[in-house]
Amino acid sequence: MSDETFKPKIVAFLCNWCSYTASDLAGTARIKYSPRVRIIRVMCSGRVDPSFVLKAFALGADGVLVAGCHPGDCHYIEQNYKTMRRDVMLRYFLEQMGIEPGRLRLVWASAAEGQYLAESINTFVADVRTLGPLNWSDVLHDGVRREEAFEEIAAEHAEAMEVQP
Amino acid sequence: MITSDEELRIGVYVCHCGSNIAGAIDVEALTKFAEQLPHVALARHYKYMCADPGQELVKRDIVEFGLNRIVVAACSPNLHEPTFRRAAEDAGLNRFLVQIANIREQVAWVTEDKQEALEKAEAHLAAAVRRVAQHEPLQRQFVRIVPRAMVVGGGIAGIQAALTLADAGREVILVEREPSIGGHMAMFDKTFPTLDCAACILTPKMTAVKLHSNIKMLTYSTVESVEGSVGNFRVKVRRKPRYIDENLCVGCMQCIDGCVFTKAKFPNAFDQGLGLRKPVWIPFPQAVPPVPVVDPEVCLQITRGKCKQGCVEACGERNAFRFDQQEKIEEYEVGAIIVATGFQAFDPSVIPYYGYGKYPNVYTSLEVERLLNAGGPTGGKLVLRDGSTPKRVGIVHCVGSRDANYHVYCSRVCCMYALKLAHLVREKTDAEVYNCYIDIRAPGKGFEEFYNRVQNEGVRFIRGKVADVTPVAGQGTTAEGGLVMQVDDTLLGKIRQINVDMVILAVALEPRADANEVRREFGISCSAEGFFLEKHPKLAPVNTANDGVLLAGACQAAKDIPDTVAQADAAAAKALMLIDAGQIELEPNTAWVDEKMCSGCKTCIALCPYQAIRADEERKIAVIDQALCKGCGTCVAACPSGAAKQHLFADQQVNEELEGLMNYV
Amino acid sequence: MSGEPKGKLALYWAASCGGCEIAVLAINEKILDVDALFDIVFWPVAVDAKVHDVEKMADGSIDVCLFNGGIRTSEQEYMARLLRKKSKVLVAFGSCAHEGCIPGLANATNRRGVFQTAYHETPSTENPEGVEPQPKTQVAEGTLHLPVFYDTVRTLDQTVSVDYYLPGCPPEADRIWDAITAIVGNTLPPPGSVIGAETTVCEECPRKRNEKKVKKFYRTWEIIPDEETCLLEQGLLCCGIATRAGCGARCPQVGSPCIGCYGPNEGAHDHGARMMAALSSMIDSTDPEEIDRIIRDGIPDPVGTFYRFGLAASHLRRAKTADGNGSLAKK
Repeated sequence: MSDETFKPKIVAFLCNWCSYTASDLAGTARIKYSPRVRIIRVMCSGRVDPSFVLKAFALGADGVLVAGCHPGDCHYIEQNYKTMRRDVMLRYFLEQMGIEPGRLRLVWASAAEGQYLAESINTFVADVRTLGPLNWSDVLHDGVRREEAFEEIAAEHAEAMEVQP
Repeated sequence: MITSDEELRIGVYVCHCGSNIAGAIDVEALTKFAEQLPHVALARHYKYMCADPGQELVKRDIVEFGLNRIVVAACSPNLHEPTFRRAAEDAGLNRFLVQIANIREQVAWVTEDKQEALEKAEAHLAAAVRRVAQHEPLQRQFVRIVPRAMVVGGGIAGIQAALTLADAGREVILVEREPSIGGHMAMFDKTFPTLDCAACILTPKMTAVKLHSNIKMLTYSTVESVEGSVGNFRVKVRRKPRYIDENLCVGCMQCIDGCVFTKAKFPNAFDQGLGLRKPVWIPFPQAVPPVPVVDPEVCLQITRGKCKQGCVEACGERNAFRFDQQEKIEEYEVGAIIVATGFQAFDPSVIPYYGYGKYPNVYTSLEVERLLNAGGPTGGKLVLRDGSTPKRVGIVHCVGSRDANYHVYCSRVCCMYALKLAHLVREKTDAEVYNCYIDIRAPGKGFEEFYNRVQNEGVRFIRGKVADVTPVAGQGTTAEGGLVMQVDDTLLGKIRQINVDMVILAVALEPRADANEVRREFGISCSAEGFFLEKHPKLAPVNTANDGVLLAGACQAAKDIPDTVAQADAAAAKALMLIDAGQIELEPNTAWVDEKMCSGCKTCIALCPYQAIRADEERKIAVIDQALCKGCGTCVAACPSGAAKQHLFADQQVNEELEGLMNYV
Repeated sequence: MSGEPKGKLALYWAASCGGCEIAVLAINEKILDVDALFDIVFWPVAVDAKVHDVEKMADGSIDVCLFNGGIRTSEQEYMARLLRKKSKVLVAFGSCAHEGCIPGLANATNRRGVFQTAYHETPSTENPEGVEPQPKTQVAEGTLHLPVFYDTVRTLDQTVSVDYYLPGCPPEADRIWDAITAIVGNTLPPPGSVIGAETTVCEECPRKRNEKKVKKFYRTWEIIPDEETCLLEQGLLCCGIATRAGCGARCPQVGSPCIGCYGPNEGAHDHGARMMAALSSMIDSTDPEEIDRIIRDGIPDPVGTFYRFGLAASHLRRAKTADGNGSLAKK
């Protein structure tokens, strides 16, 4: 699905020391990349609670990007390995929830890799575009018309009340 | 402290940053958008928020309109977050009730379409407004700084930094991996462009290091591990055994004469392998400390356990030999660390067409430095492998530099040292010298003048990259064989073959082979080419991302001696600044544990690389040491009970930011 | 409570198993105290009162309604709204009303998937004509109505506003009594609160805990756990670390890992996310492939493991199902 009008909503969690700095560097170097990605700064990718990711999807994100320092290069020594583990776990879980694991992306970008981060963002946006909208609020819509069903029952009860002595 | 939503009064400031932001984002529309956000009491836009009038605006509004939260939509928080925090504090507002929306680096500068830019800026601004509503006032916290610095690397950068700090009256621990300090500079004969004798200007400094009461010099030692953080580093140093007691040795060198090996037969690494040494040896005559070292790989006493020990006999009643010396680990506490680990010369044997390693009379510049040096293997005589004096010498510039196959960067010093070598070769041998260059880079003080001087001395310059170096037909690869440099002379517009009997490759300066392991140990980053990464290329050239770890010299980028010395002094000044402050502010964004929610499950304990989390067995809770916590928040994200929380990155703060972002996407 | 001698109490049962009804009786003889304090105006399982009796009551005339069960059908939604209107205090009683519980786990599929399994696929089903319940069925006498069966189970507070929550599957008798005491003694926490502990099961678990680093996860039948040590540290998927205390750590005490029936701790919204965050963090590997293997080998069903009770209340609330077949999106 590559709907031209589809504007993906993507949230990116960037770690302060590497990937957020890389995004600043992309800016300084005036490297243009897709504006569809909105950025949240965390001190370390290790702070990215799986519940942030799930909440982002629930709020309507079509994709979530988490970026940290390269493995072995974490500003906090080894915390990005925890990010790596959570990423594996989350993708496994998302798969079971019917969400394409490709909607969650983990990127390692050093503070010097502004260009690379911008490219990674563009690639991810393109990939999410291919996957199409997720629109979680639609997923929550019931196949049956809840309101109508409720009104019907309420009406039945009201009718029943009328015939009560 | 603000307790209910109704009392929230958020001030929003949109910065134009001249035209940097205003040129890409409709700042008026953004301000209007901000005005209608919940709890926003006022929204303004201004030309330069970071300038004094911009800051004054914030301060005045805080007082006048009773603002209790501030959002500044401007450049990256990594630049001006401290500025606006301070402005808020000046106006009596807690400094942590400020949030920055990054609309310059992350929006204005990276977005083509103005409408898209506005939408993204709105999202980031809305997120910041929702986030700041959740901020709480925090107290700043401080810890004591250990008033001592460590300098790692005893080249000219390390020596200079150590002396500056020591002269300022501070304790310094200088760690050097080699048996002597001095580094690359000690290998050189002369220095450009003044042609000072390297030893003449360096050895007094080396001696000063040894004599300085504030400097503890640890040679033949490497840094094993670094723990702790700015102000309180704990560094373990691995001290290799010299097998000679440094305190007892007087540097008479008689042991070297006394060694049972009557002839030197092992290559001396300091001489680039051109000279030979014995199992007990000293890298060069002016070594500091002037204490020989025993090579355990080849010393008979150590390898076989029996030897006549001519060395010990020569040492006599000094009795400095200690064949039972063991490697040991020593731990030092320091407040700041200056990394000055230098560079290595590019190994040109990986470039097949220059024939280094194949044709004996192809040399690296560093080898020639040793040949020219009076203390070197030939006593300062420039000779070919067969002992004859070269008559025609070719110098190839940019070997490994400015070459997409090796290093893209310019090594900055090669042009100048090649000119110096050309001068020295002519001075010592009267040989014809051909400099084959891409272009001559001589932008330093006195450099262009030196270039002119060398040109006037009759050194020939050929603008073009040397394509290959081959033996003269029929002469094979023997030591006396002549060589042909093939070069595309771009000024004449033709290919030239130049017969020479010596080729000097002006090799690149590159990051040391172990730079990657070293930087990990010090918690710093490398830039793309592998040199250590400074915190900011212009404004923080000696700082690193790891506070308290500073850079000096060629480990940060290829540079010459004057720049190295200047940077070393800058690093020393930064270290001094830290130490003299006496205390340092802790990260405000530390993690903490809500005691009543913690069940003591111990999920977090093993997750902290700083051992900041301790299990309180009695109370069955986890306790986070605020001085050790670096504020990454990993334990907070992992805490299954939700008891671990992070200042400035609380769940509800991030969640609100997320809601803000998504609402306005 | 006002000055009236007896309060009015209602209990109701929506999408749940009935265990909560029994749990009310598990307070044993104290049920007599409850009877002394309250008139039970509505409790279909125990007292003969009809829906229209409730409909006739004045709004807000029921003092306390203990509502168990999630909202799966239109009829349950009607009752939830009705009892909300009639009650001063509405308590989401037990895991189903609180967070969807096992019925909510069906949010991993949809109505179609549930019907397919229940009316066609289970081994005990004999349904050659493929009959499925219909909201409306024409018979000679007229139209028969069944409530509409929704795709998604909702928690009580996703349907109506809820004053208090009493977690557990079912809530422990002591906790029920605590709640009743709080109601009677007017010592209830602020509305919207969960009545219960603010910490997790480990608080009540006597097992010894050390460092948590796990190289392999086991399912309960794969190992016989050591009696003293934390089950999770032995690789068993014990949800006690992320689950609200209040049960007395019954399961881990007898060597069975906590399955999480008390839901997430105070302030945590997504029970499964808390478990996933903690568990993945403690995996002792830095190799993505090995990590993947450890997770897939040890946790064949992450939704069932981490969201057994809390799927309906989680951020995502349900799975996205492939259209039409209602089956779980599978690889």
